[in-house]
Amino acid sequence: MDLLEYQGKQLFARHGLNVSPGHVATTVDEAVQAAADAGYPVVVKAQVLIGGRGKAGGVKLAANEDEVRTHASNILGMDIRGHTVHTLWIEHASDIASEYYASVLLDRSASAPLVIFSVEGGVEIEEVAHNSPDKLVRRHVDALDGLSHAEALAIATEGQADEDVREGVAAALKALYETWVAEDASLVEINPLIVTPERQVKALDAKVTLDDNALFRHPDNQGLSDTANEDPIEHHAHEQGLQYVKLDGDIGILGNGAGLVMSTLDVVAQAGGAPANFLDAGGGSDAAKITQAVEVILSNPAVKAVLFNIFGGITRCDEVARGLITAFEQIKPQLPFVVRLDGTNDVAGRALLADAKLPNVHAAHTMNQAAEMVVALAAGLPVPGTDDASVGS
Amino acid sequence: MSILIDEQTRLCVAGMTGREGSFHTLNNRSYGTNVVAGVTPGKGGAELEGIPVFNSWDEAVAATSPNTAMIFVPPRFAADAILEAASAGVELVIAITEGIPAHDELRVYNVLKRDHPGTRLIGPNCPGILSPGKANVGIIPASFFKPGNVGVVSRSGTLTYQIGSEIAQAGLGNSSIVGIGGDPVPGSSFVDILELFQADEQTELIVLSGEIGGSAEEEAAAYIAESVTKPVIAYIAGFTAPEGKTMGHAGAIVSGSAGTAAAKAQALEAGGVLVARTPTAVAELAPKLLQAAVSSSSH
Repeated sequence: MDLLEYQGKQLFARHGLNVSPGHVATTVDEAVQAAADAGYPVVVKAQVLIGGRGKAGGVKLAANEDEVRTHASNILGMDIRGHTVHTLWIEHASDIASEYYASVLLDRSASAPLVIFSVEGGVEIEEVAHNSPDKLVRRHVDALDGLSHAEALAIATEGQADEDVREGVAAALKALYETWVAEDASLVEINPLIVTPERQVKALDAKVTLDDNALFRHPDNQGLSDTANEDPIEHHAHEQGLQYVKLDGDIGILGNGAGLVMSTLDVVAQAGGAPANFLDAGGGSDAAKITQAVEVILSNPAVKAVLFNIFGGITRCDEVARGLITAFEQIKPQLPFVVRLDGTNDVAGRALLADAKLPNVHAAHTMNQAAEMVVALAAGLPVPGTDDASVGS
Repeated sequence: MSILIDEQTRLCVAGMTGREGSFHTLNNRSYGTNVVAGVTPGKGGAELEGIPVFNSWDEAVAATSPNTAMIFVPPRFAADAILEAASAGVELVIAITEGIPAHDELRVYNVLKRDHPGTRLIGPNCPGILSPGKANVGIIPASFFKPGNVGVVSRSGTLTYQIGSEIAQAGLGNSSIVGIGGDPVPGSSFVDILELFQADEQTELIVLSGEIGGSAEEEAAAYIAESVTKPVIAYIAGFTAPEGKTMGHAGAIVSGSAGTAAAKAQALEAGGVLVARTPTAVAELAPKLLQAAVSSSSH
């Protein structure tokens, strides 16, 4: 789960990082009030989960109420690369002497936390890595011992932070690492980490990604996330515990297991089709979840045909069949379905479907055959390689 | 031969008394796996169709000497169950549980490395291991597979079944099928399993099934180029998948590549690995590579 800047800053503050005081606003009047509370000059910042806010005009300095009104009304409702701005963050503007960069993330290839620091902040960190790699310090941390003060100071020194703020940078790195651990984050990033003329080290931005699997132990964080910008179908699917990503095509896809679903998308694309979605019903799906999944897929009006590709391990094919039969009773879909069931309890699952004689449901014996059939059906063509249009086999 | 599990396997299951745990434990036993015990705190003294349940791993190990653990407990308890099994001296821990927090996985990985270097972890979030004709530990639907000389290692469970069954339909069998799981901190990597297949006499061809994200496939490619003499076929899922949850800018730096399917396929091909474009194509290539390997070794 990705957090908005102000939500990330709230987590930072919880762990002792310096951030500017500020307020959230969702209307122009709220923005004016927030600015008065923060004290002029203020920065008016669009809260969206996408980079390049500044370039898009979503971050503006305001010296007085008139300027806040102008900027807030311009930015609210603005579209920034597909994300609509519903929320503003208004904070007291900071004077900047230097812009640094700091992040902590899980380095999967080393199975260890990685701290990255650079004195070249305020620009895209890939550019720094590419143009001046010597200005980038990368240091793995022992996951069991954590980041010590000495290590943090060594990173600040190696990165050539100004000498008089190295202690401040070390403290910020430690607080950032603490945030990463304590909040179960997969990424915490500050760009820029600024040094003020008063030589205070402060987080001017925040990019935080939390591990969804750990939310059960962070009740305070469960309400975060930018639901206003989530696709409504995706939002509904996630509430049902389904991994759903909407795509641009017209073939609805349901499978079990992320790898098999990705592979199914590839095979459908190779057969000349265009998937309408990625939907991983997950391991051990019961009939009710399958029924919900059908509902989710069909709520996308672009879908012309649906492919079920199930290879059951922990998922039992008879449960999938029951879920599909219930979905037909409840939703009565008018679209063709292609169903491929293999794996745990597949014989029982296929028998249930055959007995149910669902209208316009076609059984496929292999994944490739299933892909070819669903591509033909979506295009309104005859189904290749079968002699009839009912569940056979 | 096979790798990791066989007729010598003595399995103890954490979470055996749950709905899924009991279903799959009994499946494993009916396949022929020697299931010696289960561990469920508070249910010591109970049994599942003759399999005794213990309150702790120490008790289970003392009474039944398991050499393999299967973890089927809910995510929030899984890390401790893995470490408890390792601490009791079990050398192979296979964690099926899906949805374990990444920080827990990081802790488990590093505690095992520091305190229990003799314990190998497979998973979590994996389908387990099947050595056809010998033993099945996990949720792999074993009826699709028969003994043979193709070793399979995969990050995805269901994709493992897909590829494995295509290989079976091509008339080939498997030495072992190993699901390493798709989580951020797997206990064992592609490289760990490749090393075992390279050393296994029964395995003459290795199939590696990867997917987008991370850099495990790139690391496997480098290892294969350097240390694997057996033929390897790779399959990568996710050519048409949209960009998933990215790790942000910093993540792109760490992986050293975008983590895309195309980048992974390229790295593997550069390492001399044949990359199949569909699961079916894996099965079509497999007999040809095996034949080539046999004829070149007879010269």
